[in-house]
Amino acid sequence: MSHDSYADQYIRGILNSVKTIAVVGVSPNTIRPSYFAFKYLLERGYRMIPVNPGHAGRELLGQTVYAKLADIPEPIDMVDVFRSSEHALGIVQEAFALKPLPKVIWMQLGVRNDEAARLAEANGIKVVMNRCPKIEYGRLSSEIAWMGVNTRTISAKKAPLPTRGIQRLSLDRPTLSGGATGAATRAQSKTGS
Amino acid sequence: MIDRTTERTPGFATLAIHAGAQPDPTTGARATPIYQTTSYVFEDVDHAASLFGLQTFGNIYTRVGNPTTAVLEERVAALEGGTAGLATASGHAAQVVAFHCLMQPGDEFVASRKLYGGSINQFNHAFKNFGWNVNWADPDDMSSFEKAITPKTKAIFTESIANPGGVVCDIEAMSLLAKKAHVPLIVDNTLATPYLWTPIEQGADIVIHSLTKFLGGHGNSIGGMVVDAGTFDWSRDDRYPMLSKPRPEYHGIVMHETFGNFAFAVACRALALRDIGPALSPFNSFLILTGIETLPLRIRRHCDNALAVAQWLSGHKKIAWVSYPGLPGDRYHKLARKYVPKGAGSVFTFGLKGGYDAGIKLVSNVKLFSHLANIGDTRSLIIHPASTTHRQLTDEQKVASGAGPDVVRLSIGIEDKDDIIADLEQALA
Repeated sequence: MSHDSYADQYIRGILNSVKTIAVVGVSPNTIRPSYFAFKYLLERGYRMIPVNPGHAGRELLGQTVYAKLADIPEPIDMVDVFRSSEHALGIVQEAFALKPLPKVIWMQLGVRNDEAARLAEANGIKVVMNRCPKIEYGRLSSEIAWMGVNTRTISAKKAPLPTRGIQRLSLDRPTLSGGATGAATRAQSKTGS
Repeated sequence: MIDRTTERTPGFATLAIHAGAQPDPTTGARATPIYQTTSYVFEDVDHAASLFGLQTFGNIYTRVGNPTTAVLEERVAALEGGTAGLATASGHAAQVVAFHCLMQPGDEFVASRKLYGGSINQFNHAFKNFGWNVNWADPDDMSSFEKAITPKTKAIFTESIANPGGVVCDIEAMSLLAKKAHVPLIVDNTLATPYLWTPIEQGADIVIHSLTKFLGGHGNSIGGMVVDAGTFDWSRDDRYPMLSKPRPEYHGIVMHETFGNFAFAVACRALALRDIGPALSPFNSFLILTGIETLPLRIRRHCDNALAVAQWLSGHKKIAWVSYPGLPGDRYHKLARKYVPKGAGSVFTFGLKGGYDAGIKLVSNVKLFSHLANIGDTRSLIIHPASTTHRQLTDEQKVASGAGPDVVRLSIGIEDKDDIIADLEQALA
């Protein structure tokens, strides 16, 4: 499949189906983007597993940090790659050793490795590249619109209320594609973080 | 993979009604509620910390964000084809907020000489007090922009259709200059509105609006907007520390690294709006949102009426000239056909053979036109810039910005065009 753009329902399907996410390369530094994403997804109810060899054995937001994917003692639905593009292939190869196999390999905003993607897809693993699951969760639930961000969705359906928390919106919102323009798409492909 | 029924891109009129809005998740209210509140309760201490640290999405205090205003921000961003929007208390405030995120004291920017008089004042005086120095250039001579760019230049600023003279700027050419100089191009798109022109398509990196004008459209609310196109690479060098360096205001966050292609909008909110304070009232956001729903219908009518009035004025014996880019033969007609083929807006100027005194007489004689200092209202408006909006400028600046002593500016409303013309006819008699 093409990885230049993704249908909203593909992304929503992934975020709605995965429960356990291993984040490779997450930083314990509280101002780093990887920490932001980890904390947000943890607050949204995902089982989050930090992977960072420099911090193995310590805890990050109450979750035990592992040195590598193979050390995680439970099944993982999704591997979120917070490493630069050239490391993605190695991480995908590590993921192949897991039993059961993860369902999704997600490479962060700015991370793209087409060889790693082909290898994963050939083995039945879904792939997302150059996107952030926090931003996509915020966009498809429309929480991110509180920051004035163009969610590129529209809907005349009332979203279900999340069962817990305040200032939270549901991911299960039926939407049509909204104001996706050439400009926004070009911009998205150029992001550098 | 792509389901064509859900993935097709909606048209402009659909976005003007729906973008940003949805039925209220709690009450089912279909119109966007007015969240007239200063503040929002936290779930717990940790939630508060996440909000203050920009680690999660949500509302803290209406100076920094408000759910009604957020709908407006997303809507204008969607209409312009940008990644995010940031609403402000006025168009002027939008400019302060945007430049605050680009400029350090001693920096420069290049601006088109043909601008709204208020912007000329803001750049010449208020901005100079901040140490932000403007270099003026002539939009009819691109080489003047190139000459005005120095190593200290941090941005190029222009209006797409310039107020009051009906100048159509060659945004594509300006964008090429901006890219060559590695500075963002800022376009004030107030007079065109995104219905007629989306300058991001031609390379604008930041779009500014006075929502007070056609977007709100009913002359009832002041407001402004900054739209982030998401196109500029803030981290290419060290020239934009608000975006590319750890911010002490936010315990070391690097905006571009953290927020990617909507980092400029977040910087405008977190670093400028939070600390400078010109937030838009949620009630104004509601009124402006309601206005935007009919933007395509209104602008079409505004343009039809304006063309009819401009044609009529061109044939009148007391009129020396009419500057409306929609008229064949106008010096900007070719650019208008390229950039605004649906219509050249409804704000334009004309010259009276009788000069300054004839201008004063005309604004006194009209009965349907309102004599006031605004544009982009449902009502037809008239002003004599030399004696009002542009009076603080020197005579030379007045002429340079298209507001000489003989000039009258019209903002043609959406009344019946025969009534608009009849009023001008009796007032000129």
